[in-house]
Amino acid sequence: MAQSYKVQQEFFVDMQRCIGCRACEAACAECETNGHESMIHVNYVDRAQTIQTTVQVCMHCDDPVCANVCPADAITKDEFGIVHSANTSRCIGCSNCVMACPFGVPKKMEKYDLMMKCNMCYDRTSVGKKPMCATVCPSGALFFGTREQMEKMRPNSTPVNKFIFGQETVETKVNLMMPKGSTELKVF
Amino acid sequence: MKKLIDIKAFITATIVTILTIILVFIGSRSLQNYDAALVAYLFGTLFAIFGIVYRYTVWIQRPPTWIYVNRSFKVLFSKEFFHFSWYSIKDFVKNIMLQSFILKRGKKKGAAHLLMAIGCSLAFAITFPLTFGWIHFTLVPATGLDPNATDIYTAHFFGFAVLNFPVKSIIGFMIFGALNWCSILVIIGASYFLQKRLKEPGLIAIQTFEGDILPLLLLILVSITGLGLTLDYEFMHGKAYEFMAVTHAFFVIIFLVWMPFGKFFHIIQRPAQIGAHIYKEVGKRKGMQICKQTGKPYTTQLHIADLQLITRALGFNFRNEKGDSFLEYSPEGKRDMLANAHLKARQEAGKFFG
Ligand code: SF4
Ligand code: SF4
Repeated sequence: MAQSYKVQQEFFVDMQRCIGCRACEAACAECETNGHESMIHVNYVDRAQTIQTTVQVCMHCDDPVCANVCPADAITKDEFGIVHSANTSRCIGCSNCVMACPFGVPKKMEKYDLMMKCNMCYDRTSVGKKPMCATVCPSGALFFGTREQMEKMRPNSTPVNKFIFGQETVETKVNLMMPKGSTELKVF
Repeated sequence: MKKLIDIKAFITATIVTILTIILVFIGSRSLQNYDAALVAYLFGTLFAIFGIVYRYTVWIQRPPTWIYVNRSFKVLFSKEFFHFSWYSIKDFVKNIMLQSFILKRGKKKGAAHLLMAIGCSLAFAITFPLTFGWIHFTLVPATGLDPNATDIYTAHFFGFAVLNFPVKSIIGFMIFGALNWCSILVIIGASYFLQKRLKEPGLIAIQTFEGDILPLLLLILVSITGLGLTLDYEFMHGKAYEFMAVTHAFFVIIFLVWMPFGKFFHIIQRPAQIGAHIYKEVGKRKGMQICKQTGKPYTTQLHIADLQLITRALGFNFRNEKGDSFLEYSPEGKRDMLANAHLKARQEAGKFFG
């Protein structure tokens, strides 16, 4: 299992490129691991001011807050740095992870009394394929590939994986494309 | 650094194990009624009890779990006691006994899980007291001696005679056949999950052998060898008894030893779900938290206040210089803020794309 996870391939997000087409949402629902529920979030950035939308996948944090605050030990991170969706037999649906994740990623599925979230299409990535959303995104807001490929495509941007929330610095596996030379993004 | 042994958990587990041993002595009237054939099972069970209590104690001490335990006790000893006791009973019936939340995840899945759960709980309810020597059966001597009389058995619990019943009766059939019925339920349920795990790509991607397949195999093996004992006795005149008894004991003991470590631990953890539901109810009465970004309620104030404590205890600090916390924003609000921060960074750089 997971023998062919391609560690040199990474996820790059550039939300300014999101055009809100929701192709990723439809594709996400095809992922075998989430029981055909879409996990990706497409949001309006600032509805009153702009038509800009944004897109959010799980950032797969190095020290995932979601897993730390889980009272049921239902969330685990594997050797590839993937933070998995809640273990269905353990999750008690308390929503601690939903409220604590600084990226607003986990979804509480009320009818199942279960948290579900993006696990970077582990059914696909674990066999060397790309996540669903990244394969269908028409605008390049979501990209899965190597750093070299990204550098060529976006010479004026730098991938950043360090985020500041108050006094907390969160480092993630997923990268955000920022203006060239950026090292971090202060959100709050 | 992580402690090698959790002293509190070790002491609790030792006390509970010793108490169980004492109860075995009392319940079997100083081992008078103890069936020596069950000794190996007893050791397996004691190991399981020690392991389960140890893990449980380690588990509830974790900050997020402890908050729930703490809050549940406070509710239990408050003036709302009756309201929440009734609520807990209803929730227990709906979600633990009938497992309605699993049924909603899929009808077949729910049904199969329910079969396994009924089979296992019933089997535990029968085998644990048997293994502890708390239940035993005796033949009423007069009926045994008289060839024309129907055999009457007496069931004893904790050394007290509680029930007389003829072997060839519905009660006799149910009592002596109960474990077989349990086995059948478990085999049907576990086989359903096993075939699913062998063919569904979504499950195959994330499952592990020891975490997901082994528990199912163990359930099936325990049940099949258990049924084997009856088949041997009924149809083979006990010819394969030793083989059956040894293989059954072997799988049961692996099952028991594995209980504290693997998937079966969820059986012990699951009732915490009721705690989570009560917590939500209590929180709702106290008031909802409004997101500072979206202006909409998103969870209870109690939840956010506790998450502040939990995250701090775990070494996370989401407060900014002004003392505001990022936890005071809803998931949607947080996503908006990240996007806004990104938009701002791009704007400041003078280019939206690059
Ligand atoms: S982004 Fe949120 S859900 Fe994903 S790993 Fe980090 S804390 Fe967990
Ligand atoms: S909702 Fe489930 S996964 Fe999330 S913290 Fe609660 S128990 Fe853990």
